[in-house]
Amino acid sequence: MTVAIDRATGKRHGDRAPRPGRTGRLRRAYQKHWYAYAMIAPVAVVLGVLVLYPLVYGLYLTLTDANSLNTARTIGVNHIDATYKFVGLDNYRDILFGPTAYDRFWSHFLWTVVWTAVCVALHYGIGLGLALLLNQRLRGRTFYRLVLVLPWAVPTFVTVFGWRFMLADGGIINAALDALHLPTPLWLEDTFWQRFAAIMVNTWCGVPFMMLSLLGGLQSIDTTLYEAAEMDGASAWQRFRYVTLPGLRSVGSTVVLLGIIWTFNQFAIIFLLFGNTAPDAQILVTWAYRLGFGQQPRDFAQSASYGMLLLAILVVFTSFYRRWLNRNEQQLAI
Amino acid sequence: MSTTTAETSAPVAGRAAAETPRRRVRRRGERGPLASLASHGVLITASLVAFFPVAWLIFLSLGPGKDDYLHPGRIWHTMTLDNYTFVLQHTGFFDWLRSTLVVVLGTTVIGVVIAATTGYAVSRMRFPGYKKFMWLLLLTQMFPIAVLIVPMYQIMSDLGLIDTYLGLILIYSTTTVPYCAWLLKGYFDTIPFEIDEAGRVDGLNPFGTFLRLILPLARPGLAVAAFYSFLTAFGEVAFASTFMLSDDKYTFAVGLQSFVSEHDAQRNLMAATAVLIAIPVSAFFYLVQKNLVTGLTAGGTKG
Repeated sequence: MTVAIDRATGKRHGDRAPRPGRTGRLRRAYQKHWYAYAMIAPVAVVLGVLVLYPLVYGLYLTLTDANSLNTARTIGVNHIDATYKFVGLDNYRDILFGPTAYDRFWSHFLWTVVWTAVCVALHYGIGLGLALLLNQRLRGRTFYRLVLVLPWAVPTFVTVFGWRFMLADGGIINAALDALHLPTPLWLEDTFWQRFAAIMVNTWCGVPFMMLSLLGGLQSIDTTLYEAAEMDGASAWQRFRYVTLPGLRSVGSTVVLLGIIWTFNQFAIIFLLFGNTAPDAQILVTWAYRLGFGQQPRDFAQSASYGMLLLAILVVFTSFYRRWLNRNEQQLAI
Repeated sequence: MSTTTAETSAPVAGRAAAETPRRRVRRRGERGPLASLASHGVLITASLVAFFPVAWLIFLSLGPGKDDYLHPGRIWHTMTLDNYTFVLQHTGFFDWLRSTLVVVLGTTVIGVVIAATTGYAVSRMRFPGYKKFMWLLLLTQMFPIAVLIVPMYQIMSDLGLIDTYLGLILIYSTTTVPYCAWLLKGYFDTIPFEIDEAGRVDGLNPFGTFLRLILPLARPGLAVAAFYSFLTAFGEVAFASTFMLSDDKYTFAVGLQSFVSEHDAQRNLMAATAVLIAIPVSAFFYLVQKNLVTGLTAGGTKG
């Protein structure tokens, strides 16, 4: 017999209100979502002004032949107007199929793919191994964890210089190799060893993140599953294969995707490790940067085209990755 | 960026995991001394590998000559702190510190303030366009710097924002704002819905609920977001190297590079500066990392 009274309107719920019409429903929907839209407005504005507008502008630049000689610029008091012109898809055609396209794009593309695959595999493998070790009951676990996180705690642009000193010809690494009578490669000059060094440094920098993420994933696996597996006579390897790995899938697929995106986009390590010296060890991102800002005249249009191609590669890849995960009935945790 | 997964999944497991593995391992008790030894061996090796490059940098920073990195043996006898005094007195260290702080703090504040309401909205409300919006937030995470750097350079030079702090802050906001929104959504998801409902029942509108109830509870989440914006802005190299032209406006990431030019390489000073930069940041990292875990597990009304 109690009659609930809506505190906002003071209406009694028992009363039959007139059924809202179409406009009423629309208005109610608007009222309901009005808050949501107001709340996302700041980010939407930031994205629109700072991301979408430059993106569209960049897309326009890729259809021109803009470089630092024909864009608008001010020298002293003289303002020079832009004189670049529209060239359609010529930039893309030139990058992908033009003369020496292999040297300029495809070789870097292949190296970028190798770089990404090797780095992420190493990050994941080493990170998982260390996470498994740290997930045991072990003396000094916290200490190990703190030390192992160090490469992540120190800013990358600092540690890369540390590596540069170590890898330099005559640096500590070659001195140590020499003392062991092993060959001493020219880490920062020879193409193969440059690539090797880049992967090594990036692995060193990237493992802690994977380790901590996977450690969190390991700790969230229900221990009763292990007990049940053990009751059923599963060996250590079988417990790892059929309990641990499936339990890590959600965290794992997310960090692998993140790892791939970050490694693919990794700029600082290669840029700082080699500076302007290693044209063959540049991945696409650093190569694009070099075209736009590391040479004279600066080729803005080509650089932006590389950027668009990179983004396209990533978007396509991510869509497929998500679809593939969905087919295997996994959800991305991000 | 994005230890979303690490930081948000750990606390959920945190309490359970703190107790269960101990019980499990003790009961099974299978690990022999040999396996234990092997574990320690691997972990010690890994720790040495993780530690050595940093230690080496510190060691080199004590050597007085700029080519001492090739002859580390010399450093033992001539160890000195001169590099540090020189860096602090005769280089742009404090200018760089100021620029870095302005840019990084500006980015952090903008990132967190702007992203907070959005994180709440996408965590609690479903509105038309929700999925597209989330996809957009995810998409911005994978922008390679090469996509935006050219158009940004053009736009910024049109607006006269090259070589200004504001320009760099705006650019960093393009990465930190969507990322923070994403991260805060994850944190708001862990705060129980009942709190919102209680606020609603007491007559608060969604803004009131957000400001008075959720925001105070979300402080650890805001700290995480702030912390990651801080680190992202601090470690960024490409934009800072390109857009900051005058050497008193360099951030640390650019200033550190300026020790090595084509003509001269003052590696000893560089190492000293690197150490000076790394010590506070790493200390901050460890400090926050510890608080993050406990703060995250203590959030909300669970338990």
